[in-house]
Amino acid sequence: MRIRVHKENCTGCKLCQQICAITRYGEINPKKSSISIDAHFPEPGTFEPKLCTQCGVCEAECPIGAIHMEGDAYVINEDECTDCGICVDACPIGVIFTHPDAPTPIICNLCMKCTEVCNTGALLAED
Amino acid sequence: MHGFGGTTLRIDLATGEIRRTPTDPSLARDWLGARGFVSKILYDEVPRDADPLGPENLFIVATGVLTGSFCPVGSKLGFGCISPATNGHADSSMGGHLGPELKYAGYDLIIFENVAPEPSYLFIDDDTVELRPAGDYWGMGSLKLEERMKKDLGEDFQIATIGPAGENGIVFSCISHDFGRQAGRCGVGAVMGSKKIKAIAVRGTKSLPVHDLGAMWKLTYDIIQRTKTHPNMEPWQKYGTAFFVGWSNERGCFPTRNFQATQFEDWDKIDGERLVEECLVTHKACFGCWMNCGKYSRARIPGKPDTYVEGPEYETIALVGGSCAFKNIHHVAYANFLLDNLGMDTMSGGSTVAFAMECYQRGIITSDDLEGHELRWGNVDDFEHFLHMIAERRGIGDVFARGTKGAAEALGQGTIAFASQAKGMEFSGYDTRWYPAQLLSYCTCDIGAHHSKSWTITTDIELGRDTIEGKAPVVIYLQHIRPLFDTWSCCRLFWGELDVTPEEHVESINLLTGWNLSLDDCMRVSERVWNLNRAHYLERNGGPGRSHDIAPARHLNEPVPDGPAEGKTVGPDNFEAMLDDYYANRGWDRDGNPTREVLEDLGIGYAADNLEKKGLLGKPLPGGIPEVRGQKLKPKAM
Repeated sequence: MRIRVHKENCTGCKLCQQICAITRYGEINPKKSSISIDAHFPEPGTFEPKLCTQCGVCEAECPIGAIHMEGDAYVINEDECTDCGICVDACPIGVIFTHPDAPTPIICNLCMKCTEVCNTGALLAED
Repeated sequence: MHGFGGTTLRIDLATGEIRRTPTDPSLARDWLGARGFVSKILYDEVPRDADPLGPENLFIVATGVLTGSFCPVGSKLGFGCISPATNGHADSSMGGHLGPELKYAGYDLIIFENVAPEPSYLFIDDDTVELRPAGDYWGMGSLKLEERMKKDLGEDFQIATIGPAGENGIVFSCISHDFGRQAGRCGVGAVMGSKKIKAIAVRGTKSLPVHDLGAMWKLTYDIIQRTKTHPNMEPWQKYGTAFFVGWSNERGCFPTRNFQATQFEDWDKIDGERLVEECLVTHKACFGCWMNCGKYSRARIPGKPDTYVEGPEYETIALVGGSCAFKNIHHVAYANFLLDNLGMDTMSGGSTVAFAMECYQRGIITSDDLEGHELRWGNVDDFEHFLHMIAERRGIGDVFARGTKGAAEALGQGTIAFASQAKGMEFSGYDTRWYPAQLLSYCTCDIGAHHSKSWTITTDIELGRDTIEGKAPVVIYLQHIRPLFDTWSCCRLFWGELDVTPEEHVESINLLTGWNLSLDDCMRVSERVWNLNRAHYLERNGGPGRSHDIAPARHLNEPVPDGPAEGKTVGPDNFEAMLDDYYANRGWDRDGNPTREVLEDLGIGYAADNLEKKGLLGKPLPGGIPEVRGQKLKPKAM
């Protein structure tokens, strides 16, 4: 499974971020999420959802080998991760996120919950 | 405290002192949030003779219990003060993202006291709270300032701003956020400006404490899946509120040329379809909303720069478009941008210009008053010039800066007859001459005329537009249920349009907070707020209450000239009869003054004591007060 992003359909509601934080951390805190939405306003007036494309650069860059592919997604092993931040800096499109209360950087684990709530077709589940 | 940020900020602008106190649990439980918080705090703290634009007024920013939670949909933030337009309780709310952000920073309420010695803005970044100088920002337009502050502070700050109108005390000044969301009504922007607060910028990263997230998640997740296929979802997603232009026009309630007529011949040049086809840039949603009713648009007019704004919404299309007779959706969108950037409510602002256009039509004002310009129906250049005269209080613009009532009082010549306002605030975008319950709603509304507190167009249709029978108790029910959403601080549309029940909202509150409220409990809070606001209004403005519940002469006596409502008018006898019915059903006396019995029943006996001291307490009703005030009616979906 993967998530196909149709940014032209995004309305900036952040429901994906809400659901991500609830699913991942059991918390209402949209900033503690593996998705972000860049809003380009007032011009040109577009939204740009950003999340992991599973390119694998972070796995290669992690100095202690704490990032591995599990199923279809790269995951960070919380027991091994030292929160050094190298993966965050290495990510070519800036989709490994940090939060002061999160134990490790946050990367999409393809749980697909965001695609279940998105009502505009901006985030679609795809085999 | 589950469901709340936990902290209340009280800021003395005169000294710069910022006090943090835990949010009062009994305030939260008894008043639920936003509109309720504002009502109680204003009543308790503002001297009755305080000038709305003076230091003794308070300016309050208030989240509600559902703000920022996972429910349908906790995007709202309330603003409150004594209104410079009505001299009574004001609450006005905005969607967008600022309310949730404030809660994620840990704050439920901000109470501004006094006046800052210099232009300032409030900066909040989680635990950092600072008043910062805003001299460089003073004078800037609302939208331009938000763009500037995003650059200065960071894109992830949520920002509310005022424009020049708010700085200059225009009584219909708004507060803007997210490039087109507004707390538009009651002149809250003017009070913010009177405090010398130009903006509020917030970033919050904390988690909202929740009592039972698992159950809340399931409830809301199921509502999301259920409402995705609701038949109203598609038109709301596609057109937003602009969908109702044709609907309203067809039913003879679309304000046209300052409410002279109720059907606009060029409605299809400014309706939702034209907006989406010609101007839409992107659909835009408030925080956590899967209905995205916001339409972000671009106006393209030869000889003018392209402008971007969220809207125009129905109310703007009605009160700027129809009421000023614009025949081009780009002109409406451009006027929307001008009003937003100058920091004026598009509803009262549009209505005030439309009122001035009728004054011009009648020769009451002339080009001599307009710096050599004209003020013709449907002319966007005339509109733009006059709007700047108001915002900058130039010449006769200073007169219209007081709104239609203030302007009519200054102009005389019978102009008050065609000022469509109640208590100093302009009507929403629905003519009332074939809709008597809507007229009653406007004229009894606690903040001045506003449909958000009671919208009865479908009720009037269902019960019969030519009768007043049975209308008053339904208006009372609506005046409790609709403002309840402003108190909970969540969007009303999921109830009104997508059949999410109020009971489901109450369940959300209970899962969020761990409380055990019923809908009846919440309705009781809403009725308490309504009565406290009435008492407060009377204590400030004198009585009897009936003397303030006045309908504009046009809506009582002037028959609709054409269209489906041709010949219709409510008539003074019908209006007075509705008022009698309304007061009796509220448990107020025939003078429109609340009785001790009803105030004590609602737990605000202290308001009865205060009214009694001023000779404003209602006389006891011979048969006692009704056990239940208001009668539930939910008209069929449109």
